[in-house]
Amino acid sequence: MTVTLPYDTAAKFADYAHPEMIVSTEWVAEHLNDPGLVVAESDEDVLLYETGHIPGAVKLDWHTELNDPVTRDYVDGAGFSRLMSQKGISRDTTLVLYGDKNNWWAAYALWVCSLFGHPDLRLMDGGRAKWIAEDRPVTTEVPQRPQTSYPVIDRDDKEIRAFQDQVLDHLGKPLIDVRSAGEYSGELLHMPDYPQEGALRGGHIPGAKSVPWARAAAEDSTFRTRAELEGIYQGEAGLHPEDDVVVYCRIGERSSHTWFVLHHLLGYPHVRNYDGSWTEWGNSVRVPITRGESP
Amino acid sequence: MTAATLHPRLQEIADDFNAVLGQERLQLLLEFSQELPPLPARYTEQHDLLEPVPECQTPLFLAAEVEPDATVHLFFDAPREAPTTRGFAGILHAGLDGLSADEVLDTPAEFTGQLGLQDLVSPLRLRGMAAMLGRIKRQIREQRG
Repeated sequence: MTVTLPYDTAAKFADYAHPEMIVSTEWVAEHLNDPGLVVAESDEDVLLYETGHIPGAVKLDWHTELNDPVTRDYVDGAGFSRLMSQKGISRDTTLVLYGDKNNWWAAYALWVCSLFGHPDLRLMDGGRAKWIAEDRPVTTEVPQRPQTSYPVIDRDDKEIRAFQDQVLDHLGKPLIDVRSAGEYSGELLHMPDYPQEGALRGGHIPGAKSVPWARAAAEDSTFRTRAELEGIYQGEAGLHPEDDVVVYCRIGERSSHTWFVLHHLLGYPHVRNYDGSWTEWGNSVRVPITRGESP
Repeated sequence: MTAATLHPRLQEIADDFNAVLGQERLQLLLEFSQELPPLPARYTEQHDLLEPVPECQTPLFLAAEVEPDATVHLFFDAPREAPTTRGFAGILHAGLDGLSADEVLDTPAEFTGQLGLQDLVSPLRLRGMAAMLGRIKRQIREQRG
């Protein structure tokens, strides 16, 4: 018998469609020692966790742990089971994720865990930056959690993941490109400051609207309020909650953040992340591409 | 074969990395990031003297100085929130600062691949380190005229 940890009842979160998916730094500080909770840090910089993390938090590395080491794909059910077991995470664990850069990589890890339908996933609003800005405790001590036996769950790629052929069929329906303006227009063949992760062709998927991912975050790395998010995605980008939406970026990490916003904070039921993203599309032969600032 | 051409100081660093595995190797990289010396005032006061290295995933700036006796001194600036990038800078500083210009120029570009970090750090980041080495060499060549 397991007891679900209480949700964070902060007023800001109550406005979101799925307030159970998000917790504040205060909530984490208060529940840190609760049985049934595992906090996991997922960063872009693979050494950041080692410099100090939330006491008791485990590290979840997007690059070496969530991906298949050979094929461009995520781990399979057996791999995910091994990973979770080794981290001391059970199927009924409340798994709270946080990380650097507005929770960019933590949202990505949360999306990958969602492919395996982990029942209780939450993101810590504001991530690592907010925890540290609030002067909360950090430690370099790596916790030794007892190994668990996480079940082997088949990965479900149907609901929240899109592949290239599905995106081709989707043309004409809502697409959100979350990359920078220069990547969207085709002026840049890579993300600013990341010249190695390029593509042979620049531009965007025809019809895709540009909403750079970080617009969903406030100055302090927390998510914007529901009203602000609706203003951006419904007001400016013209989405409707019932839309079938595909989001993409370069490898699917920044768009995981937008997927979280649309699916969990605004409650859109049909949002898929195209993780092949521009590094697949912009290198593919004969797929349609639009250049310039218009969709 | 290529390992034989490394300067003994770099060889020692490569040996240290290859003597440990996985998590300990990351720990070693973290130590190098912590040992990176702070910038002297002449660079903090005039930051544009440092050259940006856009190949790194996080902002990194560097400068190479060649003394009249051809001794090379290296200066790096990378944010605390980017320990991996700082670690790479720390390795280059520990391995190359104080060597002669010729010794630095003789460092094989493959050096960054000899630390056993490929499986721990994404190859894109290692390319950032190779880019730092490339820029250091170019600056040295320019100063030698």
